[in-house]
Amino acid sequence: MNSRNPAISKGIDWSLVWMYIILCLVGIMSIFGATYQETEGVSGFQNVVQGFLSLKTDYSRQSLYFLIGAMLGTFILLTDSKFFTATANLWYVFGLLLLLLVFPFHTEIKGTKSIIRFGSFQLQPAELCKVFVNLALAKYLSRVDTDFTKSRSHMIAMGIALLPALITLQQDETGLALVYFSFFIVMFREGLPAIYLILGFSLAVLVVATLLVDPNTLAIILTLIAAVTIYFMRRQIRRRRSVLFTIVGLWVVCVGIQRFAVPYVFDNLFEPYQVKRIYAAIGKDYVPKNEAALLESERKVSTAKKDDGDYNVKQSKIAIGSGGFIGKGLLKGTQTRYDFVPEQRTDFIFCTIGEGFGFLGSIIFLGVYLVLLLRIVSIAERQRSVFSRSYAYGVASVFFFHIAINICMTIGLAPVIGIPLPFISYGGTSLITFTILLFILIRLDADRQMVLR
Amino acid sequence: MSVFNQSRSTIIRLIFISMFVVITLQLFNLQVLSGKYQQLARENALFPKRIYPSRGIIYDRKGKPILDNTVLYDLMVIPSEVRNLDTMGFCQMLEIDTAEFRQRLITAILKNTRVRPSIFEDLLPPVMHARLEENLWKYKGFYLQDRPVRTYPFNAAAHIMGYVGEVDSAILRRSNYYYQLGDYVGRSGLEQYYESVLMGRRGVQYMIRDNKNRLVGRYENGKFDTAAIAGRNLRTYIDIEVQQLAEKLMTNKVGAVVALDPKTGGIIAMCSGPNFNPNDLTGPEKQKNYQRMVLDVSGPLLNRAIKGLYPPGSAFKPLGALMALNDGIIDPSYGYPCTGRYYGCGHGKPACTHNNPGHAANLRLSIANSCNSYYTHLFRMTIDNPQFRGVKKGYQHWRDYANNFGLGNRLGVDLPSEDKGNIPDTAVYNRVYRGAWNSCTNLTLGIGQDMMLATPMQLANAMCIVANKGYFYTPHFVQKIDAETKDDTVMNKFRIKHEVLTRISDEAYESVIGGMQDVVDRGTAMAARIPGIEICAKTGTAENFRILDGRRVQLKDNSVFVCFAPRENPRIAIAVVVENAGFGSTWAAPIASLMMEKYLNDTLRAERKKEVDRIAAANLMPSWLEREQYKADSTRAAYWAKLTKDSTNYKKYLRKGSAPKKDSVPPKPDTRSTHTREAILEKKISTKPVTA
Repeated sequence: MNSRNPAISKGIDWSLVWMYIILCLVGIMSIFGATYQETEGVSGFQNVVQGFLSLKTDYSRQSLYFLIGAMLGTFILLTDSKFFTATANLWYVFGLLLLLLVFPFHTEIKGTKSIIRFGSFQLQPAELCKVFVNLALAKYLSRVDTDFTKSRSHMIAMGIALLPALITLQQDETGLALVYFSFFIVMFREGLPAIYLILGFSLAVLVVATLLVDPNTLAIILTLIAAVTIYFMRRQIRRRRSVLFTIVGLWVVCVGIQRFAVPYVFDNLFEPYQVKRIYAAIGKDYVPKNEAALLESERKVSTAKKDDGDYNVKQSKIAIGSGGFIGKGLLKGTQTRYDFVPEQRTDFIFCTIGEGFGFLGSIIFLGVYLVLLLRIVSIAERQRSVFSRSYAYGVASVFFFHIAINICMTIGLAPVIGIPLPFISYGGTSLITFTILLFILIRLDADRQMVLR
Repeated sequence: MSVFNQSRSTIIRLIFISMFVVITLQLFNLQVLSGKYQQLARENALFPKRIYPSRGIIYDRKGKPILDNTVLYDLMVIPSEVRNLDTMGFCQMLEIDTAEFRQRLITAILKNTRVRPSIFEDLLPPVMHARLEENLWKYKGFYLQDRPVRTYPFNAAAHIMGYVGEVDSAILRRSNYYYQLGDYVGRSGLEQYYESVLMGRRGVQYMIRDNKNRLVGRYENGKFDTAAIAGRNLRTYIDIEVQQLAEKLMTNKVGAVVALDPKTGGIIAMCSGPNFNPNDLTGPEKQKNYQRMVLDVSGPLLNRAIKGLYPPGSAFKPLGALMALNDGIIDPSYGYPCTGRYYGCGHGKPACTHNNPGHAANLRLSIANSCNSYYTHLFRMTIDNPQFRGVKKGYQHWRDYANNFGLGNRLGVDLPSEDKGNIPDTAVYNRVYRGAWNSCTNLTLGIGQDMMLATPMQLANAMCIVANKGYFYTPHFVQKIDAETKDDTVMNKFRIKHEVLTRISDEAYESVIGGMQDVVDRGTAMAARIPGIEICAKTGTAENFRILDGRRVQLKDNSVFVCFAPRENPRIAIAVVVENAGFGSTWAAPIASLMMEKYLNDTLRAERKKEVDRIAAANLMPSWLEREQYKADSTRAAYWAKLTKDSTNYKKYLRKGSAPKKDSVPPKPDTRSTHTREAILEKKISTKPVTA
């Protein structure tokens, strides 16, 4: 970051660096706004300074993480970009090892089993692993002998992306596991046939429809669609019988998913609280089918009422909604300052911005994010090497997924899955992970004239 | 390199942008379009703390506070802060056991959660408060909170002052939700009637509360707060010493006393027996005391001065005379040849206490001797007046008089729930007698009987009309409101002079008033005499029935006494009713007399103080009360036992001989003949000529 040293600064995209700094500062300010406590008898200024120097408050720690992140970023900028291509697979293996180490060495904190502790330092490998997956995927896609038109390559690429997701799922971190699905955007850019996305999207629509619409009505609708399709395609069917079988087969699969697969997954595979959150996001009340599930969910509700996703979303919507057009101002928000929104320094940090700075502030804030994302995409497109381009798309996808899901969750558009807001949410691992992700991209971009393999 | 997927970059960009558009739309919806979240956030975090001003104080006519404010203390607890408690010591101080302590703590947690303050014990008695004040620093999590309560420094005037209590849903609705749950309002007496004056104006302090409902500070440094305005004081006509005397005299008696200032309609004293100490309904024991009183069949909570209905009996006679005089039917020299019975309707009823001729030779004698025939006849002449063409119109005319005098309709006293008494409408008689009735049917109305019922307040007010020679002001307690403004319309109706009699000469008034003075000087009310004061009075004795154990039983007569004094420029008018006390002269007259002396002379002579003690010591509570109380209690216990299957309380009523005996012989009323007195005759009073 030293602009007087031409060796480092050459080719560096300063717009990304500035956006990074702005977002981190906004993050520290938001955490300050959410957690600052007045102390009796101490003047406001003195208190704030003490708070920042003490390293006991959340905002002072976040500042420290920011400094550490900045240092790491500088190191990355000093590294040769070939290092990343060369060691990508090694890092991936290292990441998997870390993920597996969690099982014997985790400490259970707030219901998650994904954190390793060394003394006062905590590490969440599931978070860090995104960097490694991104590197490994880019590496695989950029290999000379990878022919990404073959479905075998598709499977391998998906495997690389989803293997850590599977492990993460075992650690009760659904949100972090879902993040790995964002790498489909990378694969899509590199030529993954659209049919995968269409199928995935159709499946999602079908699942949501199953939850929303009465089973019998949905079955009739599906049958009608199949019948209409057959009617319009009768010519083709007369020519080729297999079209009919395809349609009938699709119909069977759809009805099967709707009648049996979704109820089975929801009743037996998901935890009741997860089901509840999904239902809450689509605006329905969840009534467990069997008695055991009912009892279980009731126990969960009574013991941990504040963890109830429904409550979180309601309070978060109140906080954001009460910000109005121009907001209440930093530290003036009654909802975020007096703990009405749970987890407001981590997953629900956007409430502080929404309440404090209103619609205007939120739009400006989102604007920074959007500019960042579009900038990364355009940087990706100017890369000569597939490795750099895939990596850049990976960064954009991961950021996009985090931002979209996190903010949609706070404004009631997505189920409550706990994933942090990049650069804003409190938490050392996530801040450092995002920093590494971004600075490797900046480093690769600086060498965009080179062809990396 | 491969550029064949270049278009996909555009798709990805579009996906990114569309997602942000969706988020923006939802944010616009939440933050700009939908206003409800601001409201919800306010409800979440703002707590409008109501600041209650001190209620107005009520003073008596000499400026002594008779209803004041004081502070009692509640012991509060925040369960989460209770630590290392010396439970034993604490319980000893509060005089409870540890099980009770635990129970109360659990209740507090269930009610207000662990982190919010709850009341541990409310309205601490002063002794306990002193003990806690000294030692409370030892007990973390407990603190004292002051609570303003009403106090009655003279322990008197319970029925007048009323009490404050929590609002109920009906009051909330009537106030258009100005009040809120938990507010205290006047629930009876002056506290209720002058609620709007006494309450002042509430203030609001906006406090911020956190997610656990704890108050954490002022909102915007109190920018939106409004200050509380103290309630205004009331200055009344009450003479608290006369009031206290009246209450002492009415000890263990059922009935009521009302003393008015005739010139203004101001109420000097008003007492209903049986009585209670108003402070019983404010302190720590208030719930217990209230329950006891509510269940008492003698009705200590009932204000008989405005709700007790009694036949006025002979006390009505001066009014009958005034009606006839105003109509010009008689003049003061009119006499009736009564020989002991009234034969005007052929059946010789009613009887008269006197039978010697000449005891009703003129108006003054007729009042002095309380001649029944005379007033029965006056009543008949009034309603059979040929100018009305028919008894029904005539009766209506008579009834209008009564109503104008304040009988048979609410006077409009400044107390809630006044009763209106009973002067029957023609429709009532039409119904009872199927239209076939005449002046002989209800002739005893002329002597204050038949269906006539009046409250002691109405009787005292009627005395004011006589004393004032034709007018009265609506009786009321409050002389003025402090800092009264034009908007205080509540007082206006008490400042209207009601001129009800306009066609009576002073001479005629003098013969009525003179007759009433004769009653005291030589007649039935000699017990009321006070040296140096000319008192005018009328005794009344009314028969009195009650259904007891399914039988209609005639009880001992009610003792009625009405009077005013002094004769010239009267300053006090009193009505006394003592139930089942016999003749008006035996108990009612001395009570009124003592009150007059106290009020007019400002003190009582030494021998009169003994008289006070004698009357106060007399227990005239009707004997049937005990049995009625037993019946009520045992019925309730049986009902309770049936409801709860718990008969521990009921058992004591099942024991043989636990019930008080029924009076085998119904209480025999004193017969009139035994009390017949020598009539006051003309020659005796001729020494005092009737003059203006």
